[in-house]
Amino acid sequence: MASAKTAATAGAAANTLSQTKPPFWRDERVRGIIAQVAVILLLVAAFAFLIYNFLEKQSKASGPAISFDFLTNIAGFQLSFSIIDVTLDSQIGHMILAGMINTLLAAAIAGFFATILGLVVGIARLSKNWLISRIAATYIEIIRNIPLLLQLVFWFGAMIAMLPLVKESVTIGDVIFLNKKGLFLPKPIFEGSIIIFILSVLLAIGLAGVIARWAAKRQIATGQQFPTISANIALIILLPLVTYVIVDPIVWEIPVKGGFNFKGGFTVQPEMTALIIGLSISTSAYIAEIVRAGIVAVSHGQTEASLALGLKQSWTLRLVILPQALRVIIPPLISQYLNVVKNSTLAGFIGYADLFAVIGTSQNQTGRAIECIIILMGFYLAVSLIISSIMNVYNKRAALVER
Amino acid sequence: MKHMKYAVATVALLAGMATAAQAGTLDDVKARGKLLCGVTTGLAGFGAPNDKGEWAGLDIDLCKGIAAAVFGDASKVEYKPLSAEQRFTALQSGEVDVLARNSTWTLSRDSQLALDFVQVNYYDGQGFMVHKDLGVKSALELKGATVCVQEGTTTEKNMGDFDKANGLGFQPVKFKENDQARAAYDEGRCDAYTTDVSGLAGERTALKDPANNIILPEIISKEPLGPVVRHGDNQWGDIVRWTHNATLVAEEKGITQANVDEVKKANAADNPAADAEVQRLLGVTDKMGEGLGLSNDWGYNIIKAVGNYGEIFDRNIGPKTPIGLERGLNALWNKGGLQYSPPVR
Repeated sequence: MASAKTAATAGAAANTLSQTKPPFWRDERVRGIIAQVAVILLLVAAFAFLIYNFLEKQSKASGPAISFDFLTNIAGFQLSFSIIDVTLDSQIGHMILAGMINTLLAAAIAGFFATILGLVVGIARLSKNWLISRIAATYIEIIRNIPLLLQLVFWFGAMIAMLPLVKESVTIGDVIFLNKKGLFLPKPIFEGSIIIFILSVLLAIGLAGVIARWAAKRQIATGQQFPTISANIALIILLPLVTYVIVDPIVWEIPVKGGFNFKGGFTVQPEMTALIIGLSISTSAYIAEIVRAGIVAVSHGQTEASLALGLKQSWTLRLVILPQALRVIIPPLISQYLNVVKNSTLAGFIGYADLFAVIGTSQNQTGRAIECIIILMGFYLAVSLIISSIMNVYNKRAALVER
Repeated sequence: MKHMKYAVATVALLAGMATAAQAGTLDDVKARGKLLCGVTTGLAGFGAPNDKGEWAGLDIDLCKGIAAAVFGDASKVEYKPLSAEQRFTALQSGEVDVLARNSTWTLSRDSQLALDFVQVNYYDGQGFMVHKDLGVKSALELKGATVCVQEGTTTEKNMGDFDKANGLGFQPVKFKENDQARAAYDEGRCDAYTTDVSGLAGERTALKDPANNIILPEIISKEPLGPVVRHGDNQWGDIVRWTHNATLVAEEKGITQANVDEVKKANAADNPAADAEVQRLLGVTDKMGEGLGLSNDWGYNIIKAVGNYGEIFDRNIGPKTPIGLERGLNALWNKGGLQYSPPVR
């Protein structure tokens, strides 16, 4: 009797509970969905308005419709620097391509030096030597707290102020010249026998690989070590050198003074040098901090364990600390590489013909502002996405594999 | 619901901005109480802050003249320094009301940018400046020379045309800002520096040793520099055009900043010997201002504020200034120049 009553009460309670299920706006999940839908709708509405507004204004102002035909127009202007051949008769599209290559070139070189410099400074920052660690810290703080544009203008200004005039050029053996207009180097002109030389380089690299594998195997089997690195460096330098002397595959075009400039040879312009120095140094300070954070993140016990096993200090760093630190380092490093590419847009201020500068000129000559901005945005977006995806693949490999 | 309210407010706000931009520029200027004038980032004689930190120059005086015509007060101007690249976009987007920034009037700019060039306030041409000790006497001797130039200007293309026509093979070094280009030239990075001759004269004063730099005789282009307005607002275009014209007519009639009150008195409406055009210009008779949407003493206000064209020229860039430019093409039409105003009638 009593039990039946309890059951009935329980049933009633269950009934009321299902009836008083909270209204949907109290449900966190539903609320989340509603908020997201609302935000998306707002975004779509905003974009639709912007596009509508643009089209509307364009039809009223009877301005030209969006079209990329201007890319095939003759540019009629010259670039200060280009890897690919550009002339006054080149098409605007070709000029823009040259600008893209210039941007990538400067960013790649600057990224490379920034990584090395950043690694060195980051490790120096953690040095037990008080002087070294303070110097590294000062370097980082100074560089990180000065705007990049100022640094670039400084390096460029310093460079052209310090370098000698053309008629007072500094020279090394009348082959290499340095003056305000740049560093003039002999340019290699390859002959047919270059193939033998390239083969010898490839052979040396292949042999080095074989040696490294053999040495590793032997060390695992017998514990005996082999000076792999020095042996391989010797191999990779010596074999091609000997081949080079024998087949003589390259004729050097030496720069000669003619008129206002040096003619022939290969020129490294001060604008590009200043850009690369400025970008490398500025980025290296950020990378140094990332490297330091990565190393500090590795438990000190790892170092102690490694030293206890009898590994040298340098081995400890190379074999134990850095591989683990990389897991922490890589993700923020990706954004530094993205920054190098994006920061290179300041190049125009010191006279380097990067994409942003070339687009600026093209836009001014053709009046195609929207098209030019689309190209610009598309390029930087694509480059950024490519860099992130490559680095993400690398990150996946370096990341801790959890079991 | 809250989201919806914001959405409605945002859309309403954006729509409001869009309609505001389409209304007449004159109404916008009057409602704002000041003129937004797009000027150069700094070119001595044409538009640059002086030693008191106030903007001064030929183009600046045009801005002041427009403000005087609209408000009767030449100080109601806000100067917006714009780089060569920014200038036209800034005007198109309504960031400035007028561009008085030594901009060259060309067909493509006039037709493709949805802008109107309304008058020429300085007839210029592109030239080259070189270091004296280079020993160059003509631009044709600059074969293979490195030339510093500002990016985003007609200068770049003129240089290309001149190069191609004479097979000179210039090596340009291009900078975003003219002060960077000038500094690079000054340090010897470039053999030559090219821009409009007026610009060269202005830039020369800022070099380390101005006397050691010469402007070569070749003028490689026509550079009619003038104020620019948005396409389609004809009334505003008229106001800007006639502000410049008023200073020309004033010079022609010998009216100066100093004597404008006297001349106005001497040409009173009841004076049978008065000059009818002067009377109209100074708003004594007829109602010329009405057609422009301005008060009838607009012309008087302009001359009172900035003087006639000759005075403006001499004050900013004339032979007695460090810029030291001769009138040349910019003399009045009746003195062998090209500055010519249609009649005030």
